[in-house]
Amino acid sequence: MISCTAQKDLNASGGGIQLRLNFEIPKGTLVTLYGQSGAGKTSTLRMLAGLMTPDAGIIRVGDKIWFDAAQKINVKPQQRRIGFVFQDYALFPNMTVQQNLEYGSGRRADRQLVHTLIEMVGLRGLEKRLPSTLSGGQQQRVALARALVQKPEILLLDEPLSALDSAIRAKLQEDILRVHREFGLTTILISHDLGEIYRLSDRVMHMEAGRVVKETAADALFSDRQISGKFKFTGEVVRIEAADILFIVHVRIQNQVVKVISRASEIEGLALGDTVLVASKAFNPVLYKLG
Amino acid sequence: MSWDPLLLTLKLALVTTVILFLLAIPLAYWLAYSRARLKPIVETLVSMPLVLPPTVLGFYFLVAFSPRNAFGGFLESQLGLELIFSFPGLVLASVLYSLPFMVHPIQAGLSSLSPSLREASYLMGNSRFRTLRRILLPNIRPALLTGIVLSFAHTVGEFGVVLMIGGNIPGRTRVASIAIYDEVEALNYGAANVYSAILFIATFLILLLVYLVNGGYLKRFWR
Repeated sequence: MISCTAQKDLNASGGGIQLRLNFEIPKGTLVTLYGQSGAGKTSTLRMLAGLMTPDAGIIRVGDKIWFDAAQKINVKPQQRRIGFVFQDYALFPNMTVQQNLEYGSGRRADRQLVHTLIEMVGLRGLEKRLPSTLSGGQQQRVALARALVQKPEILLLDEPLSALDSAIRAKLQEDILRVHREFGLTTILISHDLGEIYRLSDRVMHMEAGRVVKETAADALFSDRQISGKFKFTGEVVRIEAADILFIVHVRIQNQVVKVISRASEIEGLALGDTVLVASKAFNPVLYKLG
Repeated sequence: MSWDPLLLTLKLALVTTVILFLLAIPLAYWLAYSRARLKPIVETLVSMPLVLPPTVLGFYFLVAFSPRNAFGGFLESQLGLELIFSFPGLVLASVLYSLPFMVHPIQAGLSSLSPSLREASYLMGNSRFRTLRRILLPNIRPALLTGIVLSFAHTVGEFGVVLMIGGNIPGRTRVASIAIYDEVEALNYGAANVYSAILFIATFLILLLVYLVNGGYLKRFWR
């Protein structure tokens, strides 16, 4: 159980925000922080990791107190045993894949665990390569494996997949889910991708302007968009094309683009990049067997 | 002409560079990461030798360390340190004078590294010192090389400070740049030319090496 009540005033560019956090996360769950940039998601992770010091509050993990402003307790990041996957991966450029992992396991390198992790995320054969020679997806896997070398109880992921294309994303989502379960971790993920959130998380915490405004189950994320449809997907508008009196809206759903014919009145207020729900109401979908 | 001034220059530059390297790393680390209020003051002091005439530094040095003053007298009688017109004095003055040339590249190098590298290292249980040694320094090697070479070359090229506090004692404080001046004064153009040519070529080669290494030309050559 992570319980966090923390306050921090941040002077971000474009006006500061006041972080007022108050949440609990049960052990073993995978929680997603969801919200616009500037809502304080990354700062929340950094405070849990000890990389940022709250102005006031208490952070407790299990029966250990990591931070208590009143008692002046502030456990160093070195001692918190947290696995952290940074948005830029933060792989050490001067070390090979294997060295990156072994550096973390301290002087008595746990070679067996390093070996298991390399195997687990499919990096076999790349141990001697430098991070700069790896693809984005491979670097991400190194970062994930490295975060686990310390045998952490808590895994924090700051938009770990945002820079990757959708096919690799799907593979890595599986990896994240697998390590989360196999290591019995409590995982906090920052993500903007609704599909990813739905697929990975048990709970979703919505953040707005430094506060957790709503906490729901992952599938409830779509509930306010629900209609009595039989067939529906969430996607992103990638192109709007005029065709005579109608419009063709191209919607990206996972890694496919679907064209939807719309009237001018329907696309009013619709812009590129908007998240939309593609649903069919009156007809049954037809299944074709493939292969 | 004698080789002494050149050897003395080399010795002074080497000793100065080694001391500066050890001194500049903690200083640059503090300047790169600290948020102390004192930081702008320290930054200014470190940069002062860039704009201050060397004679100013030399003059105050002379005043401070003269055995006739309380401080200089104390150093000489209690610690046996004679800093005026002596080699240790030259080293001390050179360290101050070349300080920005070592500190600035290292500070810039450290600042350019993504903060997440340090944070990742801490979260993996590594101390600040181990992080500096294993992660930060190895990833700013070009900056370290630049700092070392610039301080070395700058110490070789030093004149005003040396003249003010070292004087012109053969074998003790007469470095190459002073020797050139001395030979010209004595209308001994031939010897001056030899010293000058050696310094010219040596500094050219040293700086060329930095650009070759940092530009990755050597790597391409060897591959």
